[in-house]
Amino acid sequence: MDKFTTLTGIAAPMPLVNIDTDMIIPKQFLKTIKRTGLGVSLFDEMRHTPDGKEIADFVLNQPAYRKAQILVAGDNFGCGSSREHAPWALLDFGIRAVISTSFADIFFNNCFKNGILPIVLPQEAVDHLMEDARKGENARMTVDLEAQTVTASDGRVFPFDVDPFKKHCLLNGLDDIGLTLEKAAAIDTFETQAAQSRPWV
Amino acid sequence: MTAPKTLYDKIWDAHVVDTSDDGTCLLYIDRHLVHEVTSPQAFEGLRLAGRKVRAPEKTIAVPDHNVPTTWDREKGIDNEESRIQVDALDRNARDFGINYYPVSDIRQGIVHIVGPEQGWTLPGMTVVCGDSHTATHGAFGALAHGIGTSEVEHVLATQTLIQKKSKNMKVEITGHLRPGVTAKDITLSIIGETGTAGGTGYVIEYCGQAIRDLSMEGRMTVCNMAIEGGARAGIIAPDEKTFDYCMGRPHAPKGAAWEAAVAWWKTLYTDEGAHFDKVITIRGEDIAPVVTWGTSPEDVLPITATVPAPEDFTGGKVEAARRSLDYMGLTPGQKLTDIKIDAVFIGSCTNGRIEDLRAAAEILKGKHLAPGVRGMVVPGSGLVRLQAEEEGLADIFKQAGFEWRLAGCSMCLGMNPDQLAPGERCAATSNRNFEGRMGRGGRTHLMSPVMAAAAGIAGHLVDVRTILAETV
Repeated sequence: MDKFTTLTGIAAPMPLVNIDTDMIIPKQFLKTIKRTGLGVSLFDEMRHTPDGKEIADFVLNQPAYRKAQILVAGDNFGCGSSREHAPWALLDFGIRAVISTSFADIFFNNCFKNGILPIVLPQEAVDHLMEDARKGENARMTVDLEAQTVTASDGRVFPFDVDPFKKHCLLNGLDDIGLTLEKAAAIDTFETQAAQSRPWV
Repeated sequence: MTAPKTLYDKIWDAHVVDTSDDGTCLLYIDRHLVHEVTSPQAFEGLRLAGRKVRAPEKTIAVPDHNVPTTWDREKGIDNEESRIQVDALDRNARDFGINYYPVSDIRQGIVHIVGPEQGWTLPGMTVVCGDSHTATHGAFGALAHGIGTSEVEHVLATQTLIQKKSKNMKVEITGHLRPGVTAKDITLSIIGETGTAGGTGYVIEYCGQAIRDLSMEGRMTVCNMAIEGGARAGIIAPDEKTFDYCMGRPHAPKGAAWEAAVAWWKTLYTDEGAHFDKVITIRGEDIAPVVTWGTSPEDVLPITATVPAPEDFTGGKVEAARRSLDYMGLTPGQKLTDIKIDAVFIGSCTNGRIEDLRAAAEILKGKHLAPGVRGMVVPGSGLVRLQAEEEGLADIFKQAGFEWRLAGCSMCLGMNPDQLAPGERCAATSNRNFEGRMGRGGRTHLMSPVMAAAAGIAGHLVDVRTILAETV
C-alpha cells in the first residue's frame, strides 16, 4: 500500500448525496480478478454513454477535473455494497482523498486499506470546500494527514479527526496482516480457550 | 457486579483476542463465508505472501453472483470473465482446502441462504463475508457484517479482523403487524424513517413483539437490509424459534455439544438497563405495505401514497430526488398504484427463501401475470428450489407465467445475464434500487414478495390488501 502523508491537488465537486458503490464502479467491472485497471471504469454509467463516449458535463470529464486527486462529495458517500473495487477504481483514476460529511462504514474501511484517505468534516466545512472545488484547477487543496488538516485554496484550514491506528498505517503504508500476525500467539491462546468454552464453533 | 450489557456487547466481548491502547481490537471470526466476486484478489494475496488459510474448517465458499440461473447451466458460463471468476473460486477452494459448494452441488445458492440452511450460522458467532448483505446472519443473534477484499485476505490469513466497536442502537417494533404487512415492510419502513445513513456507526438490535413474532426467515429479511440503513450489522436475540431452526442442520452441534451450545445461547440477550446510544420505536400497527419510488432504499412510501416532489425534501436530498425521479421516469403527485410495471423479480438474499416463495405463490395461485409483464422466480438455494417444487409452488409460478430458475443472486445485481433492459420497470423483492443495479437504465421498485406478486397480476403497483380482501 502506498503511504499517504500530504497531498496537494485538484478537488472535484460531487455534491450528490448517497453516491453508492454501484455508481462508483458498476457491476460489470466486478468480474476482474485483479485490483488494477479499474480507473477507466470509475463512475462509468455517469461518465460514459452506453456506447462508451464521454458525457461532457460529468465532472471528471471536464478539462479542469481530469487530473483530480481529491473528491468533495455529498453525504453518505460509498453506501451500498462491500466491493473494494470502489476504492480500487478511485485509486486507479488517481483519487487519494475523499471529503464528505459521512461515509458508509465498509467503504470507509476499504479506503484505508488502499492508501485513500476518507475525511469526515462538518457540513459547513464541506460546503466551503465544495465551493472551493467548483473553482476548478486553480483551486488546489492540501490535505496533511500528520497535522490532520485540509487547507482550502483561500488558506482556510479545517482540522479533521482520524483513528490513530488507521493514521499510523496510512502514514507508513503498513500491511495490517503483517501486524496482526505478530499477535499470532494471542490468537493461538484465544483458539485454545474457545475450544473449551465453545467447542461447537 | 458487572454493568448490564447489550447483546452486541456480549458477543463482542466473547470474541476479543487483543485490545490496543487506543481501543482498536482484534476480533476472532467464527465463520468466514466466501463468494467468487470479492475473493480472488484475497487468495492471490495469500499466494504472493506464501500464507495459508488459518482455519479452513471455518471457511465456507459458494459461487452465487455470476452463476447462470438458466436450466442449461451445466454447459458452463458463456461470459468469459464470469467463468474465470467462478473457476478461480473452484481452484482456490481446492488449493486452500476450504468447505465448498460448487455450482453442480444441489446445496449451492446465495451465500447468505446457504450459511443458515447448512447450519454454519449459529447464535453468538461472529460471521463475516466479502458482501454487505452478511447482515442477514444477525437474525440468529450472530454478529455478522460485510467486509472488503483486503479484510477477506486478513481473515483468511489470521481468522481475525481489526475492529473498533460500534455504538449500540435499538430498533423496537411494538405490537402486531396488520394483514398484508411483512418483514420486508418492517425493514423498508425502518430505513424510510432513519435514512440510509441513519445507522452509520451503529450495530442495530431489532426487538419488540412484532420482531419476536417473525419466523427465522422473516428475521433474516429484516437483518439483511440493516446495511441499507447504514448499520454495520443488525442483530436479533436468539430464542426457541432460533434453536428450533438450527437443530439438526448439517453443521449444527449434536448431542451434548448441542445442549452446551443452547445453554450459552440462552444467555445471549440484552440485560435490563443496558445502554443504547440511539433508540427508535415504531408501532407494528402503523406499518403499511410499502414500496420504493426512487433510487435509494430510503425512498420508501406506503403503497397508498403519491410520488413526492423534490421540493418535499431539504438539503442535498432535493437534487438527489430530482435525479431519482428523472431516472425512474416518475411525476410528482402520481399515485404509486398508477405506476405500470414491465417485470417482476422474486428472489435474492432478502426474499429468496421458501416462506417468501410460499407467500408469493399464495397470491398467484390460479392467476396470471398481466399481459406484457415478464416474471422471474429465482430460489435462494438448490434446496429451496427442490422444496418449492415438491410443494407445488413451482407449478403455481409457471402457470402464472413466471420463469422458474436455478439458484443464484441473479437479477438482484445483474452480474449474470439476468438483467433489466434500459427503461424496463421491475417490482423486485431484492434490496437495492440503485441506478443501474439490475441493468443499466433499469428501474427498480423494492417491495415484499406478496406485493411483487400482486403487482405482476395487476400490471402496476398495487396494494396487496385489496387482493387479500377479494380472496377472503
